[in-house]
Amino acid sequence: MGGMTGFLSIDLPAILAATFACLSCALVGNFLVLRRQSLMGDAVSHAVLPGIVAGFLVAGTRDTFPMLAGALVAALVAGVLIELVRRLGKVEAGAAMGVVFTGMFALGVVLIEQGAARAVDLDADCVLYGQLEAVLWFGPTDLSSLADPAVWSTLPRQVVQVAVVFFLCLALIVLFFKELRLVSFDPALADTLGIPAGLVQHGIVALTAIAAIAAFEAVGSILVIAMLICPPATARLLTDDLKAQVALSLLVGGITGVGGYVLGAFGPLALGFETSLNAAGMIATLSGLFLALAILLAPRYGVLAKRRRARAAALDLAAEGV
Amino acid sequence: MLQRLRSLDFIPPKEAGVSPLLVKGLTVAYHRRPVLWDVSWTAPQQGLVAVVGPNGAGKSTFLKAVLGLVPPLAGTVEVFGRPLARQRRLVGYVPQRESVDWDFPVSALDVVAMGRYRMIGWGRRVSKAHRQAALHALDRVGMADFANRQIGQLSGGQQQRVFLARALAQEARLYFMDEPLAGVDAATERAVLDVLRDLDSQGRTVVCVHHDLQTVADVFDHVLMLNVKVVASGPTREVLTDANLRATYGHRASDAPLLP
Amino acid sequence: MIGDLGFNTLVVLFGATALGIASGVVGTFMLLRRRALVSDALSHATLPGIAGAFLLGAWFGVEGRSLPLLLAGAAASGVLGVLAIQAITRWTRLPEDAAIGAVLSCFFGLGIVLLSVVQGLPTGGAAGIKTFIFGQTAAMRAAEAAGLGVLALLAALVVALLFKELKLVAFDEGFARVQGWPAGRIDLALMALVTLVTVVGLQTVGLILIIALLITPPAAARFWTDSLESMVGIAALIGGLSGGIGAWLSAKYEDMPAGAVIVLTATALFTLSLLFAPKRGLLAQTWRYRRLRGAIARGDVTLGEGTPWGA
Repeated sequence: MGGMTGFLSIDLPAILAATFACLSCALVGNFLVLRRQSLMGDAVSHAVLPGIVAGFLVAGTRDTFPMLAGALVAALVAGVLIELVRRLGKVEAGAAMGVVFTGMFALGVVLIEQGAARAVDLDADCVLYGQLEAVLWFGPTDLSSLADPAVWSTLPRQVVQVAVVFFLCLALIVLFFKELRLVSFDPALADTLGIPAGLVQHGIVALTAIAAIAAFEAVGSILVIAMLICPPATARLLTDDLKAQVALSLLVGGITGVGGYVLGAFGPLALGFETSLNAAGMIATLSGLFLALAILLAPRYGVLAKRRRARAAALDLAAEGV
Repeated sequence: MLQRLRSLDFIPPKEAGVSPLLVKGLTVAYHRRPVLWDVSWTAPQQGLVAVVGPNGAGKSTFLKAVLGLVPPLAGTVEVFGRPLARQRRLVGYVPQRESVDWDFPVSALDVVAMGRYRMIGWGRRVSKAHRQAALHALDRVGMADFANRQIGQLSGGQQQRVFLARALAQEARLYFMDEPLAGVDAATERAVLDVLRDLDSQGRTVVCVHHDLQTVADVFDHVLMLNVKVVASGPTREVLTDANLRATYGHRASDAPLLP
Repeated sequence: MIGDLGFNTLVVLFGATALGIASGVVGTFMLLRRRALVSDALSHATLPGIAGAFLLGAWFGVEGRSLPLLLAGAAASGVLGVLAIQAITRWTRLPEDAAIGAVLSCFFGLGIVLLSVVQGLPTGGAAGIKTFIFGQTAAMRAAEAAGLGVLALLAALVVALLFKELKLVAFDEGFARVQGWPAGRIDLALMALVTLVTVVGLQTVGLILIIALLITPPAAARFWTDSLESMVGIAALIGGLSGGIGAWLSAKYEDMPAGAVIVLTATALFTLSLLFAPKRGLLAQTWRYRRLRGAIARGDVTLGEGTPWGA
């Protein structure tokens, strides 16, 4: 397959999967970053491994549903265990997460190695950086065929999965935006106003788990963590308005998804090399670059702008004759 | 390395008339709001000094800036005639409320022994003599019975006494305390007052931020009246006058104009 | 039992035990300094360094994979990651957890990109690098394992030397500064030790799971004692046991990847401590609570100063 057909069957579905994964993670991530729970994404995306493997072992197939169900259960178990260790064991939150998610990830690795899973290509590597290259769309043959609705019904499962989850997250966040904003800002106030802060916070974590799990198979856990944190963090440096922040994070997430894939797949070719780079890794790297740019150059909260203001203030004080 | 440092600690004899603390032109601003403005002050040779002033007058900031915990915009601090950085071992500090991890695995005695770490020096163990000194300091604040308690298992007042004992164990010459008498239980108040009197009788200088104007004259022989700038300073009887009080508390520091 | 194992395996066992001891000791201070997850970012951030060092080596014609070169690359990029976290928390409004997550994932992503470059090389070698991700004791040579074990013990020794200073800075940094201790440099020394332990553990446990050895044994040790000295000792014991038992199980049974088994052993020891430790364990807490409730119901308890319940 080459040329347009190759692009439509290999690159387009991969771009769609990656971009929708980026969008849903970036969307949910806004509230994690605000609530200082960024590392929940890290913990969840590691802790689901034993659930995925168990789902696979029980069902015996690589169907989506058993693995997703297993992952959800594992995420739930991880959340409960972290709370238990933190509350009952009086272990600091970060360390409690560390203890639980490493233990569960290790369990997943052992389960994978225990043979049963080796019969099919389920290995620990693809958990880390996904299998974007396995997302194939055999429907379209050329650009004009995209006009045919029947072609769209053959859209690969992974793309449908991340797209559905993205729209689910979007709907929930639009619907409950007011509550989410209040709880992110002041959970105690929310409680006194009759909005169950605990429930909303658990909802955020659950949504994180769903977004992470849906994105997992295509792009891997590392990209999930990057997308949960980097676009929202970038947006946070650019604006003080939560709505604008969410919109900006979607913009950054989308650009990163498309841009990262294109750079990874076609960058080396453009430079005359006959290889391609890992797209998930490239997207994560690009999101880091955008964040670094925002850290340096953001108009109000960037390092350079702050420096300039501090120098101006010092000069003013000096002019006062100190 | 510490041997060299220790030989640098320098205390001139009283007759030389070098003040324990000499502050010149100390200026601190948060963002653009001045918190301390051109504060110059010479501490008395010995005795208890109260730093008084309204909320937001920069009392705590004054202590922190003198100790180098807050970067000043301008000004110098000398301890016994030399820059603070070379005389750190002579200076003790009791913050208002320690913001430490109360679940940390240390006992009260461990905490007090930390006051002697500088004396002990790099890489050396805490010897029996130093432990004994720490225990003695705990005894002076009435906490010897709790020496082996983990600090989280003490009451708030007891915790505060432990940190007071840590400052004592340091055997410093110049002490800074941030509101040591604010909101403490009766036992702790007694312990603090005893310690202050002890230090005074040993010829040390103690600079306390103090909020309660009623008790200033009972406890302290000197006052420094502060409201962003120095309003007055000197022996309590001479300085604590109606006129000075009005000048200090008359207008709120937060009403001070912003810098351009 | 142990006698059946060959010399090579015994040395690997020693290496894993030494690694466990060192990470228990160093990890205790990271845990108390509330920096546990900084080491997660540090270990993930080693990947671009490993792959970069390999590419650099291939460029200059170094034959195959040279362990010291790869580990030097790992340390360099790991340190860079930690510095990036410090810079972000210091200079921006972003909280530390966001900085940790961003550095962790972006550095690892870059590592994967570089790994795909290595994969495209005619010389190959990607498989050799991948052993660093999940760890692989089977491939370790005795000389390597012994050298790494000695390095780990060195890290534990440095902690013993600087024990007092590390304790002071971990407990009360402000006081340390007022006393004139170089708190920043003592922190730096701790980070250097964590980097050393991480790099040493890459081959045995792998960069994803190495933080378990830095977090889990100290967190388990905390249940048994209220004194820092014994906490460090118990963390070293639990870490050493995890390393030794895990490496032994992995050598004895096929399909038991050493890194994961070592971590699972540590997790098991943590669970035992959480449940059964006499002082802070759940059972002991419940039992004390019950007894107190019973005593109050019978009217046997009076309030007195300095007798917090449960003590």
